[in-house]
Amino acid sequence: MSRSSQVSAVLAQGGDIPAPHIEYDQIGPLLLVLGIAVAGVLVEAFVGRTWRYYAQVPLAFLGLAGAFAWTIVLGVHDEPHHVAAEGALGVDGPTLFLQGTILVLALVSLLLIAERGGSVVGGGHFAAQASALPGSEAEQRSAAAGITQTEVFPLMMFAVGGMLMFPASNDLLTMFVALEVMSLPLYLLCGLARRRRLLSQEAAVKYFLLGAFSSAFFLYGAALLYGYAGSVRLADISAEISKDAGSETLLLAGVALLSVGLLFKLGAVPFHMWKPDVYQGAPTPITALMASCTLVAAFGAILRVYYVGFETLKWDWEPIMWGVAILTMVIGAVIAITQTDLKRMLAYSSIAHAGFLLTAVVATSRDGLSSALFYLAAYGFTTVGAFAVITMVRDAGGEAAHLSRWAGLGKRSPVVAGTFAFFLLAFAGIPLTSGFTGKFAVFKAAVQADATPLVIVGVISSAIAAFFYVRVIVVMFFSEPEADGPTVVAGPATAAAVALGLTATVVLGVLPQPILDLAGHATTHMFVR
Amino acid sequence: MSPGHYLALSAILFTIGALGVLVRRNAIVVFMCVELMLNATNLAFVSFSRMHGELDGQIIAFFVMVVAAAEVVVGLAIIMTIFRTRRSSSVDDANLLKY
Repeated sequence: MSRSSQVSAVLAQGGDIPAPHIEYDQIGPLLLVLGIAVAGVLVEAFVGRTWRYYAQVPLAFLGLAGAFAWTIVLGVHDEPHHVAAEGALGVDGPTLFLQGTILVLALVSLLLIAERGGSVVGGGHFAAQASALPGSEAEQRSAAAGITQTEVFPLMMFAVGGMLMFPASNDLLTMFVALEVMSLPLYLLCGLARRRRLLSQEAAVKYFLLGAFSSAFFLYGAALLYGYAGSVRLADISAEISKDAGSETLLLAGVALLSVGLLFKLGAVPFHMWKPDVYQGAPTPITALMASCTLVAAFGAILRVYYVGFETLKWDWEPIMWGVAILTMVIGAVIAITQTDLKRMLAYSSIAHAGFLLTAVVATSRDGLSSALFYLAAYGFTTVGAFAVITMVRDAGGEAAHLSRWAGLGKRSPVVAGTFAFFLLAFAGIPLTSGFTGKFAVFKAAVQADATPLVIVGVISSAIAAFFYVRVIVVMFFSEPEADGPTVVAGPATAAAVALGLTATVVLGVLPQPILDLAGHATTHMFVR
Repeated sequence: MSPGHYLALSAILFTIGALGVLVRRNAIVVFMCVELMLNATNLAFVSFSRMHGELDGQIIAFFVMVVAAAEVVVGLAIIMTIFRTRRSSSVDDANLLKY
């Protein structure tokens, strides 16, 4: 009300509208990543085709590394707990932790995306020309000419920019814009696989139509909440809920529709149907990016919305969140048992992990927040590593992601099979892996918040999930290799990504305390309002 | 006319859009239904803006329009690609990925 009367007063005087005050140094990482993305588009326009790859890769690496360094500076500089850009973006401990996690995971994913390795993966993971029809002469020509797709780098940087903004957004409009900036490049990236292009294009269409559908729900929820509170700012909505004034119908319908949009991005049941299809069809490096960075960003946004905006409404949404968390954990684990494609199986495993994370939302405590932050970092590294291993096991048709093709891999290449087995044990939550520490922290927070039944369901579905993780290990180590089995080809960048994922999984499992302390320290003051 | 009527209209449009996404088969029509949902949202924002007597909702509608335009660019590109490959834009035909 006050701002609009200010505006009309200014307009009546014929004066200038005051420019908004933007703290450029505080939102530097975000601006740097988006700036590099724009620079990447310029490189596409002005640099010769042969040199583009050599310009794009260092640019993207420097951008992500620079943004990460900037995030660290913001984190250690002084106790960060304030808003920037007229209150649109929050700069606080949890946000910086999430942004740092996203940037590091994006760096590891970039290693996979940039893998070109000549003969190793045959010109990279992406279609040389997305517009050429699969199997057509144009496609063969562009493949023969050795053209590599370099537009993926600016697209990825735009997506990462959206991911950095998503958990930081302090009002629903910024959050919607961030959601779209994050999603639109991902829809495109999903359709760019070099092999099995029909599957890839189908994944892109499905992801796009369902993603657009869910963001319309998000937006209508935001509109209803605007009608309820007269503002889209999370803190104002929270204050209005405390006053207990206004129409409760608008409030509850708004919260429900907004949650649909958010839970879709997370892949929680019953909004999970896109996840297996998209994870299977998309190029594996992009699957790695989505399974790690997008999950961190979406969960960060959910944490902010429920911890800042709707905390005072906890009595109303808690039962629903219990149901969603239980369904997500159980359905993710049970359906994964029947899967025969490894990427699809990891997609269902990712759904189950989203359920474990949702127990931290139900907890709504400082412990819940810090344990979720740790869990996201731990899970992100493991999942990037696991998808990196999947890109390495190949046969004539590209990646051999079918489970039967992995039979006897432990005899052929024990190191790769052993690494993958370790990642699977981390997903299952076996002690001395990061997965155990993460699950323990999340479940402990949930028990302290009187959600013990939820934890019991969580432990049971972990046990169910362990079955199919162990089944893969059995297939790899205790069955005879096929005569024409897949070969393991490791480009240097992919090997580096696997090594990083493995190192993080071991270190966060054996010595988790520094990162647990960091997550605890980051959540001292919770989210800024 | 009171702003309440516009809100009712926006809810009806949103529902038509959502139903259209669920029942129509052509990917372009499905996408148009999503756009209808976004425009219903715009109407809701503008009506609430009028009810609260401030400008925020109207500004938000502009943001939504820009985002919807960007979405059209990406969406049509994706639908075009799969149409050229399959010679069909029916969402029922894209059925390689399931279970």
